[in-house]
Amino acid sequence: MKTKMLLAGVTAGVMFAGSVLASTLDDVRARGKLNCIINTGLAGFAAPDDKGNWTGFDVDFCRAVAAATLGDADKVNYTTATGKTRFTKLAAGEGEILSRNTTWTFSRDVDLSQTFIGVNYYDGQGFMVPKSLGVKSAKGLDGASVCIQTGTTTELNLAEYFKGNNIKYNPVPIETNAEAQELYKAGRCDVYTTDASGLYATMMSFDNPSDHMVLPEIVSKEPLGPVVRHGDDQWADIVSWVLRAMMAAEEKGITSKNVKELAAKDNKDKEINRLLGKDPLQGLSKLGLSADWAVNVISQVGNYQESFEKHLFPLTIKRGMNALYRDGGLHYIPPIK
Amino acid sequence: MSEKIYKPGSYPDLPPPPGTVGLYGWIRQNLFSSISNSSLTIISVVLLYYLIDGIIGWFFLNAVFDAESKIACRKIDDGACWAVITRRVGQFVYGFYPEAERWRIDITFLTMFLAFAPLLYPDIPKRKWLLYFSAFYPFFAFVLIMGGYFGLQKIEYSLFGGFMLTVILGVCGIVCSLPLGILLALGRQSNLTVVKTLSVCFIEFMRGVPLITLLFVASSMLNYFLPPGTNFSILVRVIIMFTFFSAAYIAEVIRGGIQAIPKGQYEAADALGMNYWQKTRFITLPQALKISIPGIVNTFIGLYKDTTLVVVIGLLDPLGIGRAALADTKWNGLSTETYLFVALFFFVSCFAMSRYSLWLENKLNTDKK
Repeated sequence: MKTKMLLAGVTAGVMFAGSVLASTLDDVRARGKLNCIINTGLAGFAAPDDKGNWTGFDVDFCRAVAAATLGDADKVNYTTATGKTRFTKLAAGEGEILSRNTTWTFSRDVDLSQTFIGVNYYDGQGFMVPKSLGVKSAKGLDGASVCIQTGTTTELNLAEYFKGNNIKYNPVPIETNAEAQELYKAGRCDVYTTDASGLYATMMSFDNPSDHMVLPEIVSKEPLGPVVRHGDDQWADIVSWVLRAMMAAEEKGITSKNVKELAAKDNKDKEINRLLGKDPLQGLSKLGLSADWAVNVISQVGNYQESFEKHLFPLTIKRGMNALYRDGGLHYIPPIK
Repeated sequence: MSEKIYKPGSYPDLPPPPGTVGLYGWIRQNLFSSISNSSLTIISVVLLYYLIDGIIGWFFLNAVFDAESKIACRKIDDGACWAVITRRVGQFVYGFYPEAERWRIDITFLTMFLAFAPLLYPDIPKRKWLLYFSAFYPFFAFVLIMGGYFGLQKIEYSLFGGFMLTVILGVCGIVCSLPLGILLALGRQSNLTVVKTLSVCFIEFMRGVPLITLLFVASSMLNYFLPPGTNFSILVRVIIMFTFFSAAYIAEVIRGGIQAIPKGQYEAADALGMNYWQKTRFITLPQALKISIPGIVNTFIGLYKDTTLVVVIGLLDPLGIGRAALADTKWNGLSTETYLFVALFFFVSCFAMSRYSLWLENKLNTDKK
């Protein structure tokens, strides 16, 4: 009993100590740098270039938040995390944002006390096959041998999908992604299944990527998005509206090329004016951001489309579900007013 | 009668029959002594030719040493694409350490040999002066690498990576774990119950837990215990864990050495009236350490290679840098080249350690042969 009380006391003390700290935005501004937790290396999403600068779709989002809060997209410290350490790193304050292709699930949101601020990439489990197999749909995979990572959700998704469609298959259980690639290349399995973005990255690592294809069926929901800690709503709002600003910019046709020009003139579309700081945006001061926050984001990082095309088009990933709502995708942006 | 007659015992040594000595003889005896052996030899030579031809071709003759990307590599030739290494050699060596500050790492690394020389080679001239430098070196290295003093730019630990990270983790772990291991070994042999119990508990706990668990504790658990906002660098946490882990192993290796010393040695020391510390300093440790050298170096090599495990907690050691390079769409798929390069680095370092231990063993060998 005594130990329990002591533990409770310590926990309360720690939480109190946490709550009296300055707001996340103040911390970032005082440091002059944003700490961002990213993947240790995932094609298209986060990888260092030859000069050692991190680039990628997830990295761009860190840069966008830095541009909005500090006015300079380059003021980011990157901390790399694996799938196992990412949440503890965020919880421990090693970063203000976790931008690491993290799937939004109930338990992660609620149980781990994280705040998912939106979805920046809709992923889902897909199937890759050699074109020589002559299969055009996952429904035609009857009797195929499938390379599958054991102990993952992909294994369950696969079993459910094939059972639901009455298709027989031979699972080839493997441990790691790298092993799967080798087995697939060697022809030990006809099909490789994992998240579609991972399939495209794997395909690009082959000597002849065009000999393979990703089937159109996506059998699971993997909404990936940036995450922040519970407890600082101002910060969560900043991060989520940076993401929406990037998407809104695409919707309104604002790009890194024309943003300065549009910001300087009075546009017919008042939403553009409000986004770019020409007209007042009610409540912006509550976020602690300057009027040109979105201009900084779009001019230094680009809108959602630019970021997507720069990093994910080289992997032959199509917009698909990640198109804007008006183009038949899932990204539906609340109005900026 | 043409043959000369010799006195008994004075017959001259005749040359051996032709075809039994020299290169020809050796080949005939070892490679072509029978039909089956001859055919095996021929098959092996043919196989070796294709193998070596393929390997040399892939490694050197058809390899591309500089290109923009993997696709550019493949356009030039179909061997290894070493461009992924040559274009990123800075990252493999220094991680993300700022380019303008890399001279600090170079100096630290070069002076490290100066600091280690008097410790590793007892016969070195001016050893006493160098020893002062060795004692001062850790502070010197810390300030130079981390910065933040004397006008040096402060470098965030998250920029550390590559071989530099391996060497920092390995050297710190090795240097700190040896003294700790010796103390633990002595503690385990001690007559003082508390000291003995504590040492045994520590050793058994550390040996009973996988290193990867300790690393997760360092990266995740400690955060929950420390007050928020404490900036206790993960690098230091990991070094502490490596030190504890390998100290437990070193302690057991040295205990083996201590127990191998004949009882007569202790009795003789007691008879001379030596106290515990004298006995330890002059009788036990010199002999025990000498016996334990192969075991100690073995543990060190293991520790050095175990540093690659930090990749699971998101630190980018050479293996991590290699994987990150493979995640770049430009170099995607060149895993063979990358992993071979990292393997070469580890082989060179570990082989050097093993050679040094052999040299030391021979030098300290006072056994009556």
